[in-house]
Amino acid sequence: MLRSLVRLQSHVRKPLSKVCPGSQPPLYSTAASGTSERRKFYQDVSISQGEGGVFEINLDRRKLKTPGGKLFTVPNEALAIAVATEWDAQRDTLKFYSMHLTTLCNTALDNPTQRNKDQMISAALKFLETDTVCYRVDEPHALVELQKNEWDPVLHWIENRYNVTIGSSSNILGPEIPEQTKDTVRQHLKSYNFWSLTGLEYVITQLKSVVLSLAMIDTHLSVEQAVLLSRLEEEYQIQSWGNVEWAHDYDTYELRARTAAGVLFVHLSSESSTVKRKLMQD
Amino acid sequence: MASLSSPLRVCRGILKELRASMGTSYKQSLAYNYTLDQFRKNKVTGERYCRAQREAEHDSHTYLCLLTATRHHLALHQLYHGKGERSIEQSADMVGLRLPTQPGGKGWEK
Repeated sequence: MLRSLVRLQSHVRKPLSKVCPGSQPPLYSTAASGTSERRKFYQDVSISQGEGGVFEINLDRRKLKTPGGKLFTVPNEALAIAVATEWDAQRDTLKFYSMHLTTLCNTALDNPTQRNKDQMISAALKFLETDTVCYRVDEPHALVELQKNEWDPVLHWIENRYNVTIGSSSNILGPEIPEQTKDTVRQHLKSYNFWSLTGLEYVITQLKSVVLSLAMIDTHLSVEQAVLLSRLEEEYQIQSWGNVEWAHDYDTYELRARTAAGVLFVHLSSESSTVKRKLMQD
Repeated sequence: MASLSSPLRVCRGILKELRASMGTSYKQSLAYNYTLDQFRKNKVTGERYCRAQREAEHDSHTYLCLLTATRHHLALHQLYHGKGERSIEQSADMVGLRLPTQPGGKGWEK
């Protein structure tokens, strides 16, 4: 059943291929709108290495700063290049709502809510109690079946992977998560550094599910799959009642972009890569 | 649920997205060179199941998803939500009214 959902998705994506951004002349004046967008004030974007091995972004001659006024530094080159690409992709006006990696870096650097690791871990664990994947419906029957077929495998996978028990329930209070599960997950989350945890919490908030987020971080699910599973009920309703491009597709793409940014942020902040050259043996 | 993109398709996809978002000068961009570099570096590995390779592949899929989804999101935004507010004349016109005019100005304009 899921394949027909995916086919339906790709079918309605056709109208977009004719649209190229910037081809519509603005009918109404955007200068009169409430949100004033900043004009693009630079030509070149480049990265440079600062003290301590961190990377900085340069817009023309000036160094990028966070909204809090700090110097914008990134721990590794890959993330720096991705952020620089976001800035480079802007045309005419700066659309900050599309620069997800930049936003995540700003949050990690400024920490505007003044939280430490433990508070973030507790917030993430709270989400587990009302995890999307565990919260089932009683009717309609087709949706119950769909939830069972799509969500149960992920639950089994995570239960095996982390040796925990997470049930599913159609109770309004949600499933009972045993303390041992919470402790195991807490221990696992503690192994992430602060930046990765910022990204992980972002992903959990977007998908409304700890299970799906962990499955993605462990490369068990791709971003598209996880977003589809997170929006399972919506996709089911779309199949019944039809797709509305300016709402459904808009939400899907936004969710995908945010989730992809979050996952990439977590991976890039927690990895360290070295290249080992092995001699070719023939 | 198997993902059906080989690394080659993902690489091509990423480069296409970069071209779409940056225009003709995309070949000089940092991302272009970095992507090609990474794909070349990760091609050869002696181990049968290489966790780093699997993670690198997942990351490439994720980045492709990020670029595609951002572009589509911006396109949809431009298409449906990009119009901005109406001017006062247009708003008045909608209900059949016209704005008052005072020839000679209101007195406080220079």
